[in-house]
Amino acid sequence: MSSHWSEGVYQLFKQQAIRQISLVPDAGHARLIKLCEADPELRVVGLTTEEEGIALAVGAWLGGDKSVLLMQSSGVGNCINMLSMLWVCQVPLPMLITMRGDWGEFNPWQVPMGRAARTVLEEMGVLVSSAQQESDVVPLAEGTLRIAYNTFRPAALLIGQRVLGAKTFTE
Amino acid sequence: MPSASVPQLDRRQVVQSLLQDRGDLLVIAGLGAPAWDATHAGDHALNFPLWGGMGGAVSIGLGLAIAQPKRPVLVLTGDGELLMGLGSLATVGVQKPANLSIVVLDNERYGETGMQDSHTARGVDLAAAAIACGFHRGIFVTQKHEVDALRKDLHTLQGPWLAQVKVATDKLPLVLPPRDGTYLKNRFREALLGPQAHFQK
Repeated sequence: MSSHWSEGVYQLFKQQAIRQISLVPDAGHARLIKLCEADPELRVVGLTTEEEGIALAVGAWLGGDKSVLLMQSSGVGNCINMLSMLWVCQVPLPMLITMRGDWGEFNPWQVPMGRAARTVLEEMGVLVSSAQQESDVVPLAEGTLRIAYNTFRPAALLIGQRVLGAKTFTE
Repeated sequence: MPSASVPQLDRRQVVQSLLQDRGDLLVIAGLGAPAWDATHAGDHALNFPLWGGMGGAVSIGLGLAIAQPKRPVLVLTGDGELLMGLGSLATVGVQKPANLSIVVLDNERYGETGMQDSHTARGVDLAAAAIACGFHRGIFVTQKHEVDALRKDLHTLQGPWLAQVKVATDKLPLVLPPRDGTYLKNRFREALLGPQAHFQK
């Protein structure tokens, strides 16, 4: 069995010397979160709302730490005003965003924010790419990390439900 | 706690005394009056005054405190700013950075928008909220000698702690910090990390 994308993304975090991982949990990120939590060199910061992760990244960068924010697409809406800081201060921040409401969604309440996530990010100055098959996740995540830290910008990778599998609410 | 029953300190004097002999203190100043107060005490490369991101001051302080565990970090903010990011107290309570202090300059008002009441005017107790979130200390400050004690506590790295300092609602002259976020960021990073800040891979 080929290794899960989470393993590759975790290796990217190590290669890029990421120090702080902030997150609001999502099922799609569960495996990556476990890998990060098991690593004593990474500081995993659970958040009450995703916008805290934007502000945390500003503080981390002021102090010389690189960070990454993990969230679900619904969290993008919670971040909008705080994203201004990344734009205005040119603070680098890669965000890995697992999608809801884009493919085979069961829950109608997830569709509006899922549908708007990309537009909202782009309007707030975030560079966005999107992975629709598993083999794309690690290379696109690498590009997201690099462009964020090489060019001092927020950058997001949307990981589609075609990669993650749509939640069916049957178990 | 009803505002009429407690003495009210001068916010500029409070901040001036907290930042006196600041040593290696790193300061995040929340948007609005706390940023003006910090600037009134003296513009400084290791101040990061905010012009936006309301509700984010404590989280910025947390990220900085984690990145620089040996340096004392002070978040100087207002009651309205903190109320917008109340959840960040829970996040700090879980992370427990010993080097993070939060001073809330509580005038019980939204000062920049016409002095409308904030929830602290109706008894919301931010110091108690900090304790409930797992802070080592959450205190209510109304006296000048208590402020002097806080200044020493900033440097002992026995946090996280939060002090809710009751301040007067006087309209004070604006003392504005630089507004260019990239300048504030680069100035701060260079002062903290040295010239190599700009050569990070």
